[in-house]
Amino acid sequence: MFADFDFEVIVRSLPYLFYDGMTFTLMLTALATCGGIFFGTLLAMMRLSGFAPLSLPAASYVNLMRSVPLVLVIFWFYFLVPFIGQWVTGASQPIQVGAFVSSLVTFTLFEAAYFAEIMRAGIQSIPRGQVGAAQALGMTYLQTMGYIVLPQAFRNMLPVLLTQTIVLFQDTSLVYVLSITDFLGAASKIAQRDGRLVEMYLFAALVYFVISFVASLLVRRLQRRVAIIR
Amino acid sequence: MITLSKVSKWYPNFQVLKNCSTHIEKGEVVVVCGPSGSGKSTLIKCVNGLEPFQEGSITVAGISVNDPKTDLPKLRARIGMVFQHFELFPHLTVMRNLELAQIKVLGRKQGEAAAKGMRLLDRVGLSAHARKYPGELSGGQQQRVAIARALAMDPIAMLFDEPTSALDPEMINEVLDVMVALAKEGMTMMVVTHEMGFARRVAHRVVFMDRGEIVEDAPTAEFFGKPRSERAQLFLSKILQH
Repeated sequence: MFADFDFEVIVRSLPYLFYDGMTFTLMLTALATCGGIFFGTLLAMMRLSGFAPLSLPAASYVNLMRSVPLVLVIFWFYFLVPFIGQWVTGASQPIQVGAFVSSLVTFTLFEAAYFAEIMRAGIQSIPRGQVGAAQALGMTYLQTMGYIVLPQAFRNMLPVLLTQTIVLFQDTSLVYVLSITDFLGAASKIAQRDGRLVEMYLFAALVYFVISFVASLLVRRLQRRVAIIR
Repeated sequence: MITLSKVSKWYPNFQVLKNCSTHIEKGEVVVVCGPSGSGKSTLIKCVNGLEPFQEGSITVAGISVNDPKTDLPKLRARIGMVFQHFELFPHLTVMRNLELAQIKVLGRKQGEAAAKGMRLLDRVGLSAHARKYPGELSGGQQQRVAIARALAMDPIAMLFDEPTSALDPEMINEVLDVMVALAKEGMTMMVVTHEMGFARRVAHRVVFMDRGEIVEDAPTAEFFGKPRSERAQLFLSKILQH
């Protein structure tokens, strides 16, 4: 049944697919994960602060982001970020930030909402007594968070954080709507140019599957190793 | 050293503490006892501000706990506290548990904090376990580490919140021994406990609480000899009949 297919096209385009495409995909995944966890942790702390001027905006932000399709957010930010940049810096022209920065900002802010919920669950999983013990030793709120609560929350939530990163890795393929050459974008361009849609999309799916599957196996192994003995 | 005057605390539909007043002198050991739900643990957590209260005042070494201007973390650093469930930090080694607050809160050097930690571990008989994680120790060992952790801060007073209630019976004594030694050295101690043997042996005074009130506050011999209130008599008859 593969008689009419030309798998040569894959071999020919491997350098382009991986060097141009996959590099972008992995870079975007890694940076957006770091940014997302950073802002997500801040959002989670705000939301749990019990101080309405902090917790309400954080809760609204998280709920808004989680209720909107990612593709829409990508579009919005692509068109809005130049204007926001103009507004922030007071420049006379919209600031051209380029597709990479625009998509990085988008994914960071969007994923922050999901990471926030994970970190919120993580922080809440730490027994209240731990906070009491840290406070009784004279630690301030930030010390208690930084040395006692967050390290334990991260460890408890590491498997979930990594699983979310795998989802993020797959989601980055949506940047192809901005004509960016990520892995899927690269595959798509070759597919259109050479008229080999089925081959290229099959191959792209296979690559996403293998990477995600192997990553989730590693996560599962890690899960058993990092559990804190109580 | 510790003065509570007319402390009252309400939960939304329930008053946990009613007008509680008492005073603990420097070097005094006071045991707080009473039936479960009488507010003993809540009261002791008010002393270092872990629990807020609505009325009355508490001062420790002349510093008000309930004054919003008080630097609570700074005050807490001088008051040691030991919890029912130990609350060692499970992601840190035993040694790190002892060092962390010394370094981050008191600003001690790593070497100084480690030396102090080791001395105190040695004192509670656990120096061989310095590199282990809390989860690898028994309950009694964990509680002794928790006491050492509190002592590492050179506290002016120690609060014990039911330190033996979560322990298996055979481990209770190893923890009580450490506490007795501490009391003999003249440490100011406020101890919430059901261990009446400990109270008899080392307490200078016993405070008996019931339903959020301090019902009786008497020297130890008097409290066990002839308690004045009926509620204290009833409590003692139940707890001492074995």
